[in-house]
Amino acid sequence: MDKVMSNKKIIALYVLPAFALLVVLVYVPIFLTGYYGLTRWDGIGERVWVGFDNYARLMGDSMFWRSAYHSFLLAIFSLLSLVGYLIISMILAGKIKGADLFRKIYLIPMLLSSVAIAQLWMRIYHPTNGVMNRLLTSIGIENPPLWLADTSIVLYAIFIPIIWQYAGFYILIYYAALKNVPNELIEAARIDGASPWQIGYKIKLPLIMGVIKVTIVLAVVGSLKYFDLIYVMTDGGPNGASEVMASYMYKQAFRTYNFGYGSAVGFFLLLLALVVTWLIRKVTESKEDNVQY
Amino acid sequence: MANSDVAPDMHKTMWDNPTVMLIAKFILYVFLIGVAILQIFPLVWLFLFSLKNNQEVFNLPPLALPETPRWENYVTVWTQGNIGQYFFNSVLVTGSAVLLTIITASLVTFAITRMRWKLSKPVLGLFMVGLMIPVHSTLIPLFNFFLNVNLMDHLLAIILTYTAFNMPLTIMILLGFYNTLPREIEEAAIMDGCSINRLFFQIILPMTAPVVATTAIINMIYNWNEFVFVQTFISSDNLKTLTVGIQNFVGQYSTDWGAIGATLMISIIPILIAFFILSNRIVEGITAGSVKG
Repeated sequence: MDKVMSNKKIIALYVLPAFALLVVLVYVPIFLTGYYGLTRWDGIGERVWVGFDNYARLMGDSMFWRSAYHSFLLAIFSLLSLVGYLIISMILAGKIKGADLFRKIYLIPMLLSSVAIAQLWMRIYHPTNGVMNRLLTSIGIENPPLWLADTSIVLYAIFIPIIWQYAGFYILIYYAALKNVPNELIEAARIDGASPWQIGYKIKLPLIMGVIKVTIVLAVVGSLKYFDLIYVMTDGGPNGASEVMASYMYKQAFRTYNFGYGSAVGFFLLLLALVVTWLIRKVTESKEDNVQY
Repeated sequence: MANSDVAPDMHKTMWDNPTVMLIAKFILYVFLIGVAILQIFPLVWLFLFSLKNNQEVFNLPPLALPETPRWENYVTVWTQGNIGQYFFNSVLVTGSAVLLTIITASLVTFAITRMRWKLSKPVLGLFMVGLMIPVHSTLIPLFNFFLNVNLMDHLLAIILTYTAFNMPLTIMILLGFYNTLPREIEEAAIMDGCSINRLFFQIILPMTAPVVATTAIINMIYNWNEFVFVQTFISSDNLKTLTVGIQNFVGQYSTDWGAIGATLMISIIPILIAFFILSNRIVEGITAGSVKG
């Protein structure tokens, strides 16, 4: 038995196809991004070694820092929206008839492509014919905002479809976690006279802390690399007001052919994603002691 | 209101009062239904304007249907543009990538969970770290790689990339199921002189049908909606997938609301159909793919 199940040839045969794909298309590119970031390169001609010039330029590039700031804001908004999702999930996980149907309906936007969502919301935000401003004018607001054309609110306007898109996803995760909380604990607390609010806050919340941590990482890292929707809706505009790190990287590489500089931005993005993941895990680690059942 | 007769010292037992509970429940249901409407409303509005011409979009109330719904918008966009071709490409790419991902991921998962070899833990670790890699950090090297191996503007580049990037999530979902399969099965099979290949393909793989279905639908949705790889690696119009194709197509029709609405509806209808048939599997896949992280 042991001999059969440790047949090296078979193991290699089974593991190598997937492993080769992963290494060639995911891991090698990551290291190459790091390397390309140390060169000046137009994508076709020779790569010229420039050492850390690109990173020095990155440090002083105000447009990059502006896009990094926008990505940071998106991450903060996402964290705040998690609170809303959590509240909805808490309600759903109580004794609600049709909870299953509700969470499925909430999930629908999550299944659509970001391109379709972006195209749809561009029409919703259309200054004169979009349903948003049609509704606002019908309730008597005379000068409704221009949404995507207004540099001061464009980022908020973009964030609304993001909330809409991801609501079902996070609600689903929280709901599944809340349903795993042992019923006896809740019943015991209820008999002791705890209010629904206390049961939620003092019993359920600490018990699903592990899942909440996972969603925090997902939301923050997801925001840092957010791209599709913004690329389609505003292309970072107007005037850079909605530029984020990934869209800035994409433009540097595939619009202005600064592949070296674009790689430096891409590598920075990678490091940031890994560091932030590690940091969040680290910061929330101490609370783990309370999560034991 | 009935809850006005609840005295302050009754606070602890307030939630045992049926009237209070009824009112609380009512408020909660109104809230949950409100959220459901917000999630569905943009799609309903999209469907309605896909059946209108521009004048009807501008003059009728957003939620009104024209006297004769203009189904011809769908015929027009399907016959005039390349939508049929995009649709075919999406089916081809999605189908091939899903098949390839599931076969290679199942082989790896089998080798990692059932077979004995020293490197199984680190190799699994490498696959799992793949979950955290931002796609944009690999884009420039991948672009260069496909250029060098003559796969630029070739659907194979897309199929292989989807397979590699969906591999970690697929393995993660499969792992949970493989770990629950009883070991007696393979012991008995091996005792009877069954080869490993037969054990995997004829006994284990068929047993994993439910989880394979779950990963298949999740992979399908991700691939169908993917944007940035196709946008970057495919330049010929007749090789584009629906997600990227509609982006260009909608650009041409930027002033014809009915045509845009019909195009977007065509791109999301397959996903909505999959959702109505397979919503339980989708819910299961998304939950399994995130909570264990």
